[in-house]
Amino acid sequence: MSVAAFVSQFLEIVFALLLAPLLSGWVNQCRAWLQNRTGPGLLQPYRLLHKLFHKESVLAEHASPLFRAAPYLVFGCMVLACAIIPTLSTDLPLASAADAIALVGLFALARMFISLAAMDVGTAFGSLGARREMLIGFLAEPALLMVLFTAALTSNSTSLATIVEHIAARELVVSPSLAFAGVAFAMVALAENARVPVDNPATHLELTMIHEALILEYSGRHLALIEWAASLKLFAYSCIGLALFFPWGIASAEAPSALALAVPVLVFKLAIGGAALALVETLSAKMRIFRVPEFLGTAFLIAVIAMLIHILLDT
Amino acid sequence: MTDLPNLAGSVDVVLAIVGAWLAVGAVGVVSLRKLEFVARTLFPLGGVFGLALFAVGVTAIGAPAQSIVLPIGLPDLPFHFRLDSLSAFFIATIGAVAAGVSAFAAGYFRTGEGTAPGLLCLQYHLFLASMVLVVLADDAYAFMVMWETMALSSFFLVITNHRIDEIRRAGYLYLLLAHVGAIAILLCFGVLQAGSGDYSFAGMRAQELSPAWSSAAFLLALLGFGAKAGLVPMHVWLPEAHPAAPSPVSALMSAVMLKTAVYGMLRVSFDLLSIQLWWWGVVLLAVGLFTAVYGVVFAAVQVDMKRLLAYSSIENIGLVFAGIGLAIVFCAYRMGAMAGLALTAMLYQVLSHAFFKSLLFLGTGSVMHATNERSLGRLGGLIRYMPWVAWLSLVGVLASAGLPPLGGFVAEWLLLQSFLFTPGLPSAFLNMLIPVLAALVVLVAALAGYTMVKFFGVVFLGQPREDGLSRARDAGAWERAGMLWLVAGCAALGLAPTLVIGLIDPVTRELVAEGIGPAVASSGWLVVPVASERASYGPLIFLLGILASVVLAFLLVRRIYHARSRRVAPWDCGYPWQNARMQDTAEGFGQPIRQIFEKMFRMQRHLPSPFDTKPRYRVVITDKFWHWLYLPIATLVNHVSRIVGMLQRGRISVYLMYSFITLIVLLVAVTR
Repeated sequence: MSVAAFVSQFLEIVFALLLAPLLSGWVNQCRAWLQNRTGPGLLQPYRLLHKLFHKESVLAEHASPLFRAAPYLVFGCMVLACAIIPTLSTDLPLASAADAIALVGLFALARMFISLAAMDVGTAFGSLGARREMLIGFLAEPALLMVLFTAALTSNSTSLATIVEHIAARELVVSPSLAFAGVAFAMVALAENARVPVDNPATHLELTMIHEALILEYSGRHLALIEWAASLKLFAYSCIGLALFFPWGIASAEAPSALALAVPVLVFKLAIGGAALALVETLSAKMRIFRVPEFLGTAFLIAVIAMLIHILLDT
Repeated sequence: MTDLPNLAGSVDVVLAIVGAWLAVGAVGVVSLRKLEFVARTLFPLGGVFGLALFAVGVTAIGAPAQSIVLPIGLPDLPFHFRLDSLSAFFIATIGAVAAGVSAFAAGYFRTGEGTAPGLLCLQYHLFLASMVLVVLADDAYAFMVMWETMALSSFFLVITNHRIDEIRRAGYLYLLLAHVGAIAILLCFGVLQAGSGDYSFAGMRAQELSPAWSSAAFLLALLGFGAKAGLVPMHVWLPEAHPAAPSPVSALMSAVMLKTAVYGMLRVSFDLLSIQLWWWGVVLLAVGLFTAVYGVVFAAVQVDMKRLLAYSSIENIGLVFAGIGLAIVFCAYRMGAMAGLALTAMLYQVLSHAFFKSLLFLGTGSVMHATNERSLGRLGGLIRYMPWVAWLSLVGVLASAGLPPLGGFVAEWLLLQSFLFTPGLPSAFLNMLIPVLAALVVLVAALAGYTMVKFFGVVFLGQPREDGLSRARDAGAWERAGMLWLVAGCAALGLAPTLVIGLIDPVTRELVAEGIGPAVASSGWLVVPVASERASYGPLIFLLGILASVVLAFLLVRRIYHARSRRVAPWDCGYPWQNARMQDTAEGFGQPIRQIFEKMFRMQRHLPSPFDTKPRYRVVITDKFWHWLYLPIATLVNHVSRIVGMLQRGRISVYLMYSFITLIVLLVAVTR
């Protein structure tokens, strides 16, 4: 482990923590522009976090310690997730502790805790949200892992860093299996990050909300941590997508100096990705909750096709 | 065996501990009704022997195999026992779980529950002893005797509360399927001895069976051990027997007894049979994965917490058998390293399931004692009244959901690794099929997460659904001690996988001549099954990463801002009249699963009409296999017995005529 590795690890975490709210702000701003609104500005998420941290936390009378611990745990999980995904560099000391499967496990751990916390207060909406969140979780997880498995089979490794290095080293030929996997991944990412068409992050309409129902009882610093964790999750998913399907410009152990170039490249890629997300969200309508299994089932099938194509053609 | 170090992991010590358990049971019978003495002295004593057995088992793994012949049994047929790495692994598992469960049982058994405490003590220790002897047996005769002892002692434990009709029925079903399985196992041994008449395992190893006979033996073993393990469609006894038994017994049955079937399957397929055919593995993969999916889907819709856990055991056993199947496929194609990886994953799953499932069953036992309720619909909010049980169960719940950094995840991770890197199998069809099957493993794991959120959320979180729940008392010191030991096991399995894999390594070496121990041992704290570029997982770093972020976030938030908070009524979108009845119920939580997997259930629903003054919603879910398989068989048996019954006229003249006809027929047959 070189010093450069630790520097890039540290940079990556700081970068993720600082930039994640900006990405959410950018997506919201693009959405506002596409919908002919002025929008609250790019820095709105930071203002929101600042405001929430300042406020006192209003807890339900019988909330257990689990309820108070969950925001910190979810936040911790998301920070670790951002630390092991090769966003800026593939030379990360923490990355050897967790590969692609462990990353999915990490997201599942966060989901478990937030769902349990939602059930803790014992209100109607909290448990409803928990049920729906877990439903989406168990539908999305197989599809997500099939995407990651396709990438893993391509590079004969489940370590994210190796996968990214391998894919980046190929000549610029679009492989059909990765193209299919990319489509499936985009669908899963929409569902996992509570975006339209699966969930609407801007709604508080009781019967349709999923993610907002989970966090209904949170306020103050706890809510701030959850919001921050949600934007970190969006950041993490965007970075997995960029790293797997557009892996250019990521520094590696051989050329740590590329780190300087990696930052602007990543910002550029995220800006385009965020705009694309806003476009998808504007063009589609939210679907009923029981259409979600079909949506994610399609994503799963596409991912299976991606894997079959890889096995049939690429080997 | 004269010097002391050799004694530590020797078969004599194991037999001595078994004897000690039997002695404890015998003392129990003598003091039949002295509950205080039996519970506070005998059960903890049994637990101490369990710990000793665990230590002996661990030291015996990797040691050379030792045999012993005991001159008990029939005159010409002594019992052969043999302690090798495979038996030692299972003995260590039995010992470790028994230690925790016995400590818990010391505080659990109270008067007024059917069987007298002393008798219960005998049955309990006999059950433990017979399980150890099953994995120690080295000839078919000893194996079958111990197998039957195990079935019978557990049958009596299941019907502890024999005054309840439902429990007697559950016990009967269990006994029936146990014996169907036992017959298949007996036939399997019959095939394995290949006409030589030598029923010792050593004799069976020496036989070179043809592929056809080997396959027959394998399928009989699958049928026999599958019935014990609860593979679909022979799983029906499990969700009946587990809820019927007292919780420590359910814990032992689910955590350890099912594993003796896994042991039997491993012993027959890798040790006694000299060849492995690839299609056996495919059969096991198909049956195992189907069982896993079936079990977890049914677990997700259960409304009784012990039935939920029983179905979850079916799921885990399915994954274990899928792991065996994968190992057989690799073994058949001479890919020893991959077979070693699959077996390691599967044995890891066995260990981690033993710990977390016994922990969860013990947790339900405490809940039942405190509330007298098993139905999820009448529980809730117990984390406030029973914090110990709730937080200890949470560890089991996380492990059961296969989440890092606990043991369940390591097993799942290793299993996925072995599923994923199959290219190189000489069969193109399998190359394509097996990675896709990995998706099923993931689906099962994700659904297990759903089920566990339902289990923990409905039992321990939210508001109490009944008034009496606020009087629930937390578990006592003995129960806590037992659960803490199992929690420690879960944590150790999750955080120190390199040590555990080092222990498993000799077992896989014994079975398939290869293991992943050296690769893992050379990489320090990381689990590296093949090569570090390929995959690595370090739970300790993983946990420290999360904890460091949590602690830093906590301190920074407090330091920069403040930690003010206020307690008010729940918000719930501003609705002020909410009550505990408005929370999601267990039925409600299972509703998405019922809708998505509708085809798998047989559902009877009673929906209220809009004009009901007292609307009631009722949904009854039954297993389709009852109606497809068991009821037709039961009808058939009834028919046949009615026809046979026509012979019985109840008049002596008719019976004399039967004897006469028989004599005539025999005379004709003999004189010809």
